[in-house]
Amino acid sequence: MLAMNFRGPFQIRADRNRPEPEIKHPNDAIVRVTRSLICGSDLHLYHGLVPDTRVGMTFGHEFTGVVEEVGSGVQKLKVGDHVLVPFNIACGSCPHCKQELYGNCHESNPEATAVGGFFGYAHTGGGYDGGQAEYVRVPYADVSPTKIPEGMDLENAVLLTDVVPTGYQAAEQAGIQKGDTVVVFGAGPVGLLAARFAWFFGAGRVIVIDHLEYRLEFARKFSLAEAYNFKEMNDPVLFLKKATDWFGADVCIDAVGCDATGSALQNITGKGLLLQAGNATALHWAINSLKKGGILSIIGVYGPPWNLVSVGSLMNKGITVRANQASVKRLLPKMIDHIMSGRINPKEIITHRLPLEEVPDAYRMFSKKLDNMIKPLLIPPRANASFA
Amino acid sequence: MKNALENRIEALQDRIIAQRNMERADEIPGWGMDADPENDPTYPMKHSNGADHQRLNYEKAPQQPLDMEILHSIERPGVTRVFGTSTPPSGLSGAIRRYAYKYSEATATHWMSLILADRVNAVEGKLDDLRRGVLPNPWVERGWRAEWKHNRSGFIQNVATTALLLTAGIMLMKRKNRRKQLLSKR
Repeated sequence: MLAMNFRGPFQIRADRNRPEPEIKHPNDAIVRVTRSLICGSDLHLYHGLVPDTRVGMTFGHEFTGVVEEVGSGVQKLKVGDHVLVPFNIACGSCPHCKQELYGNCHESNPEATAVGGFFGYAHTGGGYDGGQAEYVRVPYADVSPTKIPEGMDLENAVLLTDVVPTGYQAAEQAGIQKGDTVVVFGAGPVGLLAARFAWFFGAGRVIVIDHLEYRLEFARKFSLAEAYNFKEMNDPVLFLKKATDWFGADVCIDAVGCDATGSALQNITGKGLLLQAGNATALHWAINSLKKGGILSIIGVYGPPWNLVSVGSLMNKGITVRANQASVKRLLPKMIDHIMSGRINPKEIITHRLPLEEVPDAYRMFSKKLDNMIKPLLIPPRANASFA
Repeated sequence: MKNALENRIEALQDRIIAQRNMERADEIPGWGMDADPENDPTYPMKHSNGADHQRLNYEKAPQQPLDMEILHSIERPGVTRVFGTSTPPSGLSGAIRRYAYKYSEATATHWMSLILADRVNAVEGKLDDLRRGVLPNPWVERGWRAEWKHNRSGFIQNVATTALLLTAGIMLMKRKNRRKQLLSKR
């Protein structure tokens, strides 16, 4: 089959000779991929920032597909069902899943206890091949995969597998109160959605900070937010303090993660020397831009083992930190309702649609922000064979 | 000496000790008097239902057969009920990974060894390609084709800078070698 094949940092192949996946467990299903997205967090893998990313792996944790085969223990899914597959691999019965922390399943990732099981996200994410392929093995098929609701646009459906619930959870875990000033660092897909959803919780003001003008312009239109370029500021923290009556923001959301820019020291120690898990500039700015007693929501992805940020300020300012991978299954009913009722149309963030054969181009373009790319969608050659 | 506590780990099991303490709660002055179920900063992400405290006997799926080498964190007793089967460890990078997994996720040795293994693995991948007669195609695989299409001037600038630096490096090496040869002749 055709699948993305990682060959080392900054090098990937559209490989036509990958073996098709097989049922390995009674609760598995095999899904023929119909749409697949590249996530901003895939770029951390592409850039070689996530430990235990092995050559030969297929990335991709945002995909929809048609069920082609099910294991003997699968009860709910049927061959022919067209499903959206949340990026969390969740058993549904461990203490974490029982309490709806589906992103923290205890029975899906042998390699790292700090991380749940995710499709196509290195062995640090459980060693599963992902959905930038024609076919994928989907474990615990009865737990998270969800039939695409009738009438839902396929591009909105595939965005429900990660980026929409992730953006929502960024705002939800921020504990936004009516009238709050919310600052979102990063105008990538997750940041754009987090800013959009901040209004759903009654924010009084939503500010997006980035350095790419085309993304800031997009944030103004899509997220209905104020958007500012940190390259036009001497010090973003000082700018935000001045813009918030010298108090600081009520809530800051870090929607950047370990691939930030804006600090030479962070860049050299994080991306050059790998002495920390990437560049944590956005997180550092977020901590410092908060008011005393403010809330910090971390949704940007950081790899192990550590990052250089001002922990002393967290303590002295009495900041509450709330962070997690999105629990997609928990949020799906609400997200489906928001989309079907027309309150949000997330597919507007998909700027590029490419055949899976062009996956190396898509990664390069996304990584270098070429052609004003915001969110690339991949379409496998057998995607349109038949939908249920 | 360092293992003294680990050797007593059976006697230090969390739920057993917690249960014992709660059974004698009336001996602990003030036990539970300020407990407030609403004081839960995990809400609404976590729907607390007590499952954390019943974690010894949760229902588990059947075990996926272990038909290949799967490394697992030493912070858990074994592999999870399902696991990914992409790219089992092999070669020199595999040996480094096996070493890394002897250390906990709290150690730099674990993660730095894995990063080293990844870099070694990238070289192994290129050698493996050559062995199978697959020539590297950076034009496509590194996305230079897309760069040429969408950022031609930047691409040309990068290539020119790299070429300039390489040429300067080679010339510097040559000059050093020539000086060494001259010195050795004297």
